[in-house]
Amino acid sequence: MKRWAALLLLAVAWSAHAADAPAPLKLWHAYRGGEETALLQATARFTETTGVKVDLLGLPYDAYAHKLTNAIPHGAGPDVFIFNHERLRNFHAQNLVAATAKDFVRADYFANTVEALEVEGQVYGYPLSLKSLALYVNTDLVPRPPASTRELLALLPSLSNAAEGRFGLVYESGDFYFHAPFLFGFDGPLFDATGRARFDTPGMARSLAFVKRLQDERWMPQEVSGALVKTLFNDGRAAMLISGPWFAGEIAPTVRYRVVALPTVSETGTPMKPFLGVEAAFVSARSEQAAQAHALARFLSVGEASRVRTTVGRQIPADVAAYETQEVKDDTLISSFREAARDATPMPNTLEMARVWEPMKLALRAVLQGGVKPEDAGALADRRYRALHRERPNDANPVPWLGFVGAMALGGTAYVLRRPAGGQSLRQRYPDLARAATYVAPAAAGVLVLVFIPFAVGLSLSLFHHDAGQYTFVGLANFVDILASRGYSISEPLSFYFTLAVTLLWAVVNVVLHVCIGLGLALLLRDPLLKLRGMYRVLLIIPWAVPNYITALMWKGMFHRQFGAINGLLTLLGLEPVSWFTRFSTAFAANVATNTWLGFPFMMVVALGALQSIPQELYEAAEVDGASRWTQFRRITLPLLKPAMLPAVVLGSVWTFNMFNIIYLVSGGEPGGGTDILVSEAFRWAFQRNEQYGFAAAYSVLIFLVLLGWSAFTKRLLRTEESA
Amino acid sequence: MKKPSWLKMAGIHAGLSVMCMVTLYPVLWVVKMALSPVDGMSLTANPFPDAVTFDHFREVLWSSDAQGRWVFGRQLMASLIVGGATTVVGLGLAVTAAYALSRFRFPGKEGGMQALLITQMFPATLMLVPIYGILQKLGLLDSLTGLVLVYATTSLPFCIWMLKGYFDTLPRELEEAAVMDGASPFQVFIHVVLPLARPALAVTALFSFMTAWNEFVLAATLINDPTRFTLPVALQRYVGEYKVEWGKFAACALVVSAPVMALFFALQKHLVGGLTAGGVKG
Repeated sequence: MKRWAALLLLAVAWSAHAADAPAPLKLWHAYRGGEETALLQATARFTETTGVKVDLLGLPYDAYAHKLTNAIPHGAGPDVFIFNHERLRNFHAQNLVAATAKDFVRADYFANTVEALEVEGQVYGYPLSLKSLALYVNTDLVPRPPASTRELLALLPSLSNAAEGRFGLVYESGDFYFHAPFLFGFDGPLFDATGRARFDTPGMARSLAFVKRLQDERWMPQEVSGALVKTLFNDGRAAMLISGPWFAGEIAPTVRYRVVALPTVSETGTPMKPFLGVEAAFVSARSEQAAQAHALARFLSVGEASRVRTTVGRQIPADVAAYETQEVKDDTLISSFREAARDATPMPNTLEMARVWEPMKLALRAVLQGGVKPEDAGALADRRYRALHRERPNDANPVPWLGFVGAMALGGTAYVLRRPAGGQSLRQRYPDLARAATYVAPAAAGVLVLVFIPFAVGLSLSLFHHDAGQYTFVGLANFVDILASRGYSISEPLSFYFTLAVTLLWAVVNVVLHVCIGLGLALLLRDPLLKLRGMYRVLLIIPWAVPNYITALMWKGMFHRQFGAINGLLTLLGLEPVSWFTRFSTAFAANVATNTWLGFPFMMVVALGALQSIPQELYEAAEVDGASRWTQFRRITLPLLKPAMLPAVVLGSVWTFNMFNIIYLVSGGEPGGGTDILVSEAFRWAFQRNEQYGFAAAYSVLIFLVLLGWSAFTKRLLRTEESA
Repeated sequence: MKKPSWLKMAGIHAGLSVMCMVTLYPVLWVVKMALSPVDGMSLTANPFPDAVTFDHFREVLWSSDAQGRWVFGRQLMASLIVGGATTVVGLGLAVTAAYALSRFRFPGKEGGMQALLITQMFPATLMLVPIYGILQKLGLLDSLTGLVLVYATTSLPFCIWMLKGYFDTLPRELEEAAVMDGASPFQVFIHVVLPLARPALAVTALFSFMTAWNEFVLAATLINDPTRFTLPVALQRYVGEYKVEWGKFAACALVVSAPVMALFFALQKHLVGGLTAGGVKG
């Protein structure tokens, strides 16, 4: 009895304890470095004042949004998360975020930051900081920053000398985020009155012509990457650059600089207006401790926490009061960015905004690479926009489909369990049935749950349309759209047939190269008396041992326009460096080179094994008969290699056909999606173009059908091989 | 066999050396990036570093998170656990299934083998969405167990095909003899079949391990806690969308690749036999 009482007491004590200390709040963010340190300090203050613990989770930026949309609906997500406002509409449509609590005071923050967080009159987040672009000026080179484009154009010639690698201005010119200030400065609207994107405007053409001129006069380098911007500015070889507050941390201590607002466009008198991004603390709609979550979000956005984020994290605070403190007043970087953000256009938090990036990137790069005239670029972007922006197809009636699936399932079961001819029972026909079942069951269960079910779900997804968490049954509409190549002519990238052709070319070229190189090396390595044979073999399988995404990134680095080893080799040979990813032929070649390096060892190993299984006597007999080396190769080696090599070729072709990593990481589909293959295209539809899972699944089903046809064909090949 | 002429040997050595240089060049380039003190590179074809520093390695190996926990150690452990468990689970499942497929007759066998192959033709990234849902139902999200199960099963079709092909080439007489001697079917499997299949087992184990060690899309989606990330996911943070830290990327890439390379070298003799005698002929 005593024991029971003690236990009961313990239980009561424990539950009381549990009630005292609520579960910690989960806070997700993608900060690193100073920003992360600041957030840690700020949440520590929160715990000190309220006693509520906070578990922080820093996620890699690239995986962040996807993780949120996956985790929150499943109840596995954070209570509070920090994100930029432009995805808000998407989060809202999927019911991921809660509206702000009653104690939210609009006047605490700059008006445009609160507006950025509004959806249908409700505010959905606590504004933390502003992100926008401004002009960094190397004060040793440019004592007086330009206030207008006229002054800028006057300054640039004396600051630039392309032959010496010196430039007046650098910024990531191929990225629309950085081009937007020019577009708005030249009075180009991005959205019409109804909120739909517009590209074919005079402002667009003029802004593109302007930056094209900067590049053609060689005041600005070609193909600028973030790494190049950093290198040039820190070496004192770039006088001015356009970037955001995050860049301040990248600048070498030796460089003296200041930050000013972007210049005004002289032709229009309009200031160059960058996009304004508002970083906010959002409360998850599924948070079980909503009150505390709101308290934390608000705590982070104002007062002491805001001061810490400003001074330690070097963020541009969104709350008005922060600018009253002396520390912030003295900090010229913070105040200059605040000044520069005054003209900034809040990025609309509409779904439409997410749809402009890809068309704009295409148009921008096409102009800068010289393929398209600035006045035609708007039309180009418009076409891409219309092809990507699929209207929701009409709903279809699922009943016939369910009937069809049911009939298939019944028929399949009947076929498997059919009574064998002659009236034998199952047990008589298969005496080992029980033993076989025990051996196969574990694997079968695993494969069923984690391979076949996802596969079946993937197949059926292709009959649905997905929009912001909503699935609607549309029957074959996705397939009709793809196969009719709606919105694009057959010979353009983005059309299924163009991509299919590229994929087939890709698979054939690769497999041929793999087999030829692999077989060639195997023939060289065949002789067991060859010295160093083991060492050669070890060195030659290295590419196979390197994980293929590392291979891809490695080669991507080697094909870099400015820093790549391949261009280094070319200059060594006295040739011009090549911009690998601006033309289809060179981008495709870069992909092929990477994949060939990756793939030949497999074929080499298979060929080596196959060669070893050929009896030596055959060659000796052939020698006696006076057959030449070539005849021996053609009449003995090749025919006997075939049975072992053919399955490897089939397997290799399937792998290559779906070789996502190389395409996605090396050329990234450049130029303009031309080098994308079917798998990478499917991936883009699923994860980069408004999560059109159904459309992506339809692509996958088509890939699957193509490969199924190919395997049926090769099976016949193999069979004739066996019977021959 | 005749001894080849001196000239021909020289030619073979020249050809092989050139190819070795081609395969080594990118690797040397990564080594150079990892050892060079500067992050910004310059246009040069020379694959050897001008100056050597181990800073990048130090930063990668001793990386800790904002709370001061030593993250790299945990990530390495996570990778080893996932790799090891996937190999054990995957091999266990594959070996038994492949043996049954090779030796017994049962309904759905041919169809099952074909179905296994067919699933390999569906793009893996598109299975991500359903897999996420299933693991969530099973309560295995954000756990290494879930990751192991997914890796082990997704590499199963390839492993089963390879092992089945190999088992097909093993003579049945040995097993029949063992049965005559009074061995139980299970004893036959353990003591006769498995030792004979060692080369194929080695290769299959290598593939299972590689699948788990190298994969990063699933790991990045299914795991939330950075201390449970596998190394490829950890590597991903050095090559972000807005910033690439080449030095650290290269250092981390070398650390990630090293174990697989070591395994390859240890098993490379089996590679030729294991692949060709069985699987590929299957």
